[in-house]
Amino acid sequence: MPDHHDPDGSPQVHLGVFFTGVGPQLIWADPACASHHEIETFVQVTRLLERGLFDAFFLGEGLRVRENRGKVYDLDVSGRPDAITQLAALAAVTDRIGLVATQNATYNYPADLARRLASLDLISGGRAGWNIVTTDNAWTGENFRHGGWLPHERRYERATQFVETAKQLWSAGPAGPPVDVRTDLVSLRAAATVPPSPQGRPVLFQAGDSDGGRELAAKHADVVFSRHRELDEAQAYARDLRTRLARYGRQPDEVRILPGASVVVGDTPREAEEKARWVRGEQVNGPRALAYLEQYWGTDLSAYDPDGPLPDIEPSSGELDPSRGTIAIERRTGKLELIQSWRDLAAERGLSIRQLVLEVSGGHATFTGTPGQIADTWAHYVRTRAVDGFNITPHLLPSSLADIVDRVVPELQDRGVYRTKYAGTTLREHLALPPLRAAAAAA
Amino acid sequence: MTTGRLLLAVETDGAGAHPAAWRYPGVSGAALDPKSIAAAVIAAEKAGFALAAFGDGPVPPPAGSRIEAGVRAAYLSPLTTRIGLAPALHVTTAEPFHLATQLASLDHASHGRAAWVVGAANDGPARATIGAAPLDAAARGQELRDVIDVARALWDSWEDDAVIKDTVTGRFIDNDKVHHVRFEGASFSVAGPLITPRPPQGQVVIIAPDSLGVADRSDITLIGGFSPTIGHGPRVLAGRAGRAREAGSPLVFAELEVALDQPGERAANRLARLASLAAWPATDRVRFAGSAEALTEFLAGLAAYVDGVLFHPAEAAVDFPILCGEVLPALTASGLARTPGPDGGTLRDVLGLPRPANRFAHPVRSARA
Repeated sequence: MPDHHDPDGSPQVHLGVFFTGVGPQLIWADPACASHHEIETFVQVTRLLERGLFDAFFLGEGLRVRENRGKVYDLDVSGRPDAITQLAALAAVTDRIGLVATQNATYNYPADLARRLASLDLISGGRAGWNIVTTDNAWTGENFRHGGWLPHERRYERATQFVETAKQLWSAGPAGPPVDVRTDLVSLRAAATVPPSPQGRPVLFQAGDSDGGRELAAKHADVVFSRHRELDEAQAYARDLRTRLARYGRQPDEVRILPGASVVVGDTPREAEEKARWVRGEQVNGPRALAYLEQYWGTDLSAYDPDGPLPDIEPSSGELDPSRGTIAIERRTGKLELIQSWRDLAAERGLSIRQLVLEVSGGHATFTGTPGQIADTWAHYVRTRAVDGFNITPHLLPSSLADIVDRVVPELQDRGVYRTKYAGTTLREHLALPPLRAAAAAA
Repeated sequence: MTTGRLLLAVETDGAGAHPAAWRYPGVSGAALDPKSIAAAVIAAEKAGFALAAFGDGPVPPPAGSRIEAGVRAAYLSPLTTRIGLAPALHVTTAEPFHLATQLASLDHASHGRAAWVVGAANDGPARATIGAAPLDAAARGQELRDVIDVARALWDSWEDDAVIKDTVTGRFIDNDKVHHVRFEGASFSVAGPLITPRPPQGQVVIIAPDSLGVADRSDITLIGGFSPTIGHGPRVLAGRAGRAREAGSPLVFAELEVALDQPGERAANRLARLASLAAWPATDRVRFAGSAEALTEFLAGLAAYVDGVLFHPAEAAVDFPILCGEVLPALTASGLARTPGPDGGTLRDVLGLPRPANRFAHPVRSARA
């Protein structure tokens, strides 16, 4: 086994960075935050992460610019590149870091995407990964040839067939026979145009948390990008996943669990807490708090004071539209009940609009503390097998990542839970995944 | 009509244009080796080429493999500074929205050096990769126009000054300057805006052969079909160049397949030897075989009709080094080549093409801003 366990067998922390390119996480208004539209920023970030011996750098993707009540949403960073194109450029100026592209299994042609991913994998020397996502909303589909064609309940069925088709193409290689698939969800006849990379095929990441998502992960993922960060939840998730893996004849060490996380590092616990409060305050500023509620009220709330009480007007009837991007399915219905629960909470605790949104919108820093505290926590997480590491979402580019590379990584190394050099060259090796089995590659 | 000086482009795909080129010793793996792919384009940049083209298609080439062209071009973007990067992308096997995003992203990664060689692969195996049948001529023509039109609209969907980072109001973008495109084509529609801000060049440079019938939408139209000895056939050359210009294409390039004499083996003999390994079916491109001097002379004659030349080396391992080492220096020395300056600039700068105004920008408001 490569480097997942050090010689005395203790588990290792694997780190990645997930750069979404949208959303409130990135504090663009801070002068220390580099432009996420400049390729140079990402050259700098990926080289920094290589210095920190990270496993991977991920780019997020969303196939329609987010909106609020029919207009492009203006308060968060937006505007992002095609992930594979950007990562191919970064492949030329880095030599170890894994390069993971979020790509949609609903609005892509399977042979085309499989080919582009295999191309990234080969040109990077075996460092590519694919973060498999799905979209069921017709609003995103309006940018594509067959918009809104896939019902919600079949999106993982399509994704599973898509992944299986891609795996067939990757394992057949250009010398193999063409892959022929005819179902109502995937229909093609294609041959690979690219031979396998040194890691065999791109590493597959999967983030879906529904039953369908977990099944897809258990069947096909090499890494799950879960959202269960609290220790007990993470342990429960890991147990569930391992049970599912066994059903598909897979071993626990064939899948790494890397939940998304945000990290605030300080010199003292108190300084870290203060910094975390500042980060959160910037992320949920007044205009964003109002926009958050507008999404649910469905009406213009700009006349309200974000530091005052909740809007006294009634929300528009009807349900949420998906135009702000990814809204979890459970939040798409029942908005009137949700708003009533917020009113109850605000009344009970005397919360302003902004305080309420801070409370209910999620996105609190997952780990806040000194480098030593964070390293202790992470060492405990991996030793209890709750997770294999974290996918970190930065709030400042690149300084919040430099904090981790320069300050947390040495503490992890001191505790024997982090590599001191890359043992291999491929993403698969960094993740200490077992080599592909011929049968598994083709499955 | 022309400047009398030629812009020079070279196809860098694989082992070469000749079907037997991959048999040249040592080249069979080169098409897949990132270092070799990079070395060729870096050499082309150093030699003074304005543009590197990356041929491609949805189906693997006979007896070969190939890395997707957009990925190759993107990989080259941080390794080069002056040369244009032109991947071939096919409208008939692509999602138009992805195609526009990929090219815009290449333009960002290369600081304004992206171009698109328009392809429309339409044979059975190509279309089968998306589970579709070949399109008839009318539908293919419509698809070409629609995909180009929607790409151009999407590249304008963010105005240049859409990102405002106004810390007072908390607005990252001015959402009056990010537009839906609401494009309705014959077979698809796209709402927009693009997920990617406007490319540095405003519009990615569009290159298409005249046979596709989109010279009215192209920045560079590729022509061929004339005799490699201009003295005998300027009528075809002048006619095709003239029609492309009349349609509205600002630049016209000739496509040349070249086999050049090398010490110990004349090009004609080499082609005869290669023919015994694999036939080289005729294409619409002009096929030239001869010495570097004769090619230079031929190009000098061409310069009266076209703005540039896209070379397809018969065997990359043989002909490309002669183009870089002999033909380009000779053209440069005689003032016949238009080469990118040391500071580069965008590909449009090098080509002498203006940066297009944005169709969505409000002229009065922009003037005030």
